[in-house]
Amino acid sequence: MSEEQKKPPVRPKPAAKKVEQKPLPPSPKQPVVDELVALLRRNFGESAIVEGYINQPNDHLPTILISREKWLEILTFLRNEESLHFTYLQNASAIDYETHLEVVYHLHDLNRKERIAVKVKLDREHAVLPSASSLFAAANWNEREMYDLMGIQFTDHPELKRILLPDDWVGHPLRKDYEAFDEGV
Amino acid sequence: MIRTEEMLLNVGPQHPSTHGVLRLLVKVDGERIVETEPVIGYLHRGTEKLAEDLTYTQIIPYTDRMDYLSAMTNNYAVVHATEKLMGLEIPERAEFLRVIVMELNRVASHLVWMGTYLLDIGAMSPFLYAFRDREQILDLFNELCGARLTYNYMRVGGVKWDAPKDWIGKVDHFVSYMQKQMKEYHQLVTGNEIFIQRTKGIGVYDQETAINFALSGANLRVTGLNWDLRKDAPYSIYEQFTFDVPVGEVGDLYQKYLCRMKEIDESLKIVAQAVANFPSEGKIMGKVPRVLRVPEGEVYVGIESPRGELGCHIVSKGKDKPWRIKFRRPSFYNLQILPTLLKDENLSNLVAILGGIDIVLGEVDG
Repeated sequence: MSEEQKKPPVRPKPAAKKVEQKPLPPSPKQPVVDELVALLRRNFGESAIVEGYINQPNDHLPTILISREKWLEILTFLRNEESLHFTYLQNASAIDYETHLEVVYHLHDLNRKERIAVKVKLDREHAVLPSASSLFAAANWNEREMYDLMGIQFTDHPELKRILLPDDWVGHPLRKDYEAFDEGV
Repeated sequence: MIRTEEMLLNVGPQHPSTHGVLRLLVKVDGERIVETEPVIGYLHRGTEKLAEDLTYTQIIPYTDRMDYLSAMTNNYAVVHATEKLMGLEIPERAEFLRVIVMELNRVASHLVWMGTYLLDIGAMSPFLYAFRDREQILDLFNELCGARLTYNYMRVGGVKWDAPKDWIGKVDHFVSYMQKQMKEYHQLVTGNEIFIQRTKGIGVYDQETAINFALSGANLRVTGLNWDLRKDAPYSIYEQFTFDVPVGEVGDLYQKYLCRMKEIDESLKIVAQAVANFPSEGKIMGKVPRVLRVPEGEVYVGIESPRGELGCHIVSKGKDKPWRIKFRRPSFYNLQILPTLLKDENLSNLVAILGGIDIVLGEVDG
């Protein structure tokens, strides 16, 4: 009896989650992100960077969360500063977390082979962000895609209109509360 | 003084040289292109939205339909990102099979590009040669996984099917056959006077522009930058193989052609090494739970597809389905430079420059 009673509690939730939390030896990249955060805070004020951390499962990717007000200034700095030189826009994604939206740009310096992810949080109702298309030519279509599918307004974008969906489409499909206009057909 | 008038020319969406459903609105002044506006989205199927309601294994066949000329690398992108987030170990035999099929797929994809590109600029026969040889690769894939284009071959943790009896031998035979064929292609095309006239010094751009537009693959390497994710951000077992990364110098169409032809040589080299060292036995699937629950987190990985950097960005909330999945589709990035390249070009170069980018519309539209 007692053995049988012991067994059930082992099953319910996968143990993997807890194991994932525990092993947190400091990442070899930790100094990189610490240095970068310090540098950015020196230049743009303490509040410019919300946090900086290492995304360990993703090959120790340095990730920094930027405040919305300083987004474009910091992107300009990351791109143009001689010692950083993140000129290659590797990827641009937007994520709907239901409480807020998040925009992620993965930047790459092809010479040093360094990668970085920069994030910014946006309000769902008032999703406005300055466009980075003047910095990265590649951002142009990516921001149009984010506008089209996620409903993020990019100010000062040269041509902010839908890119994948028809111009008369209603709504932004990648939002979690999106309902298809012709549902039930 | 000849008076000219601007005219709006509509190319596509149904046009043999747009390689799918791409529409170009071209403003021309005489034969000079003033402005080009690509209109895309005709093939948009909402893969990213659909994937939010699918389990990780169910997403794999959807990726087949993005870049349908190289479905193996698409399979790998999503599988690799998931494995990274889960921290899975992949059996060696599975990794070898993956590398073999991905590199064969690269050869097949480049052959299609070469054939259709030459068709675009007026050479009929290379197309037939290229498709004849590509057919052999498709036959090999058909034998391996039962499909010619949409393979659905890879799984999180390994591959679905083991190599049938004698399959590795057939691959080996194909590699030596294809290496011989490459000489034929060079005799047929590479020195052709008309081909050189149509491509040399056309569609030139420099390295800085390429990086600014985040081009990848041969489109980036043709400017002289040695950048190949198989070497610069190694994944799978590519570190075990010796191969070169062909780069160009000037960044014109002719060198793009040479780059891609050399890439075929290099891929064949990799396949030959993989066949020679292929583990005689072993598992093809790692230890994977039946229902995949991916731990909470976020991952972005890029791999080198025939068209460039194919990335997969997964945000997981610890469920069996991704919270958000985003594909960095290389054709989408590479196509963006087209209006810049076409500005002030002669209209006759439009098809040559567009073809040189090597787009797949299924991938552009996602």
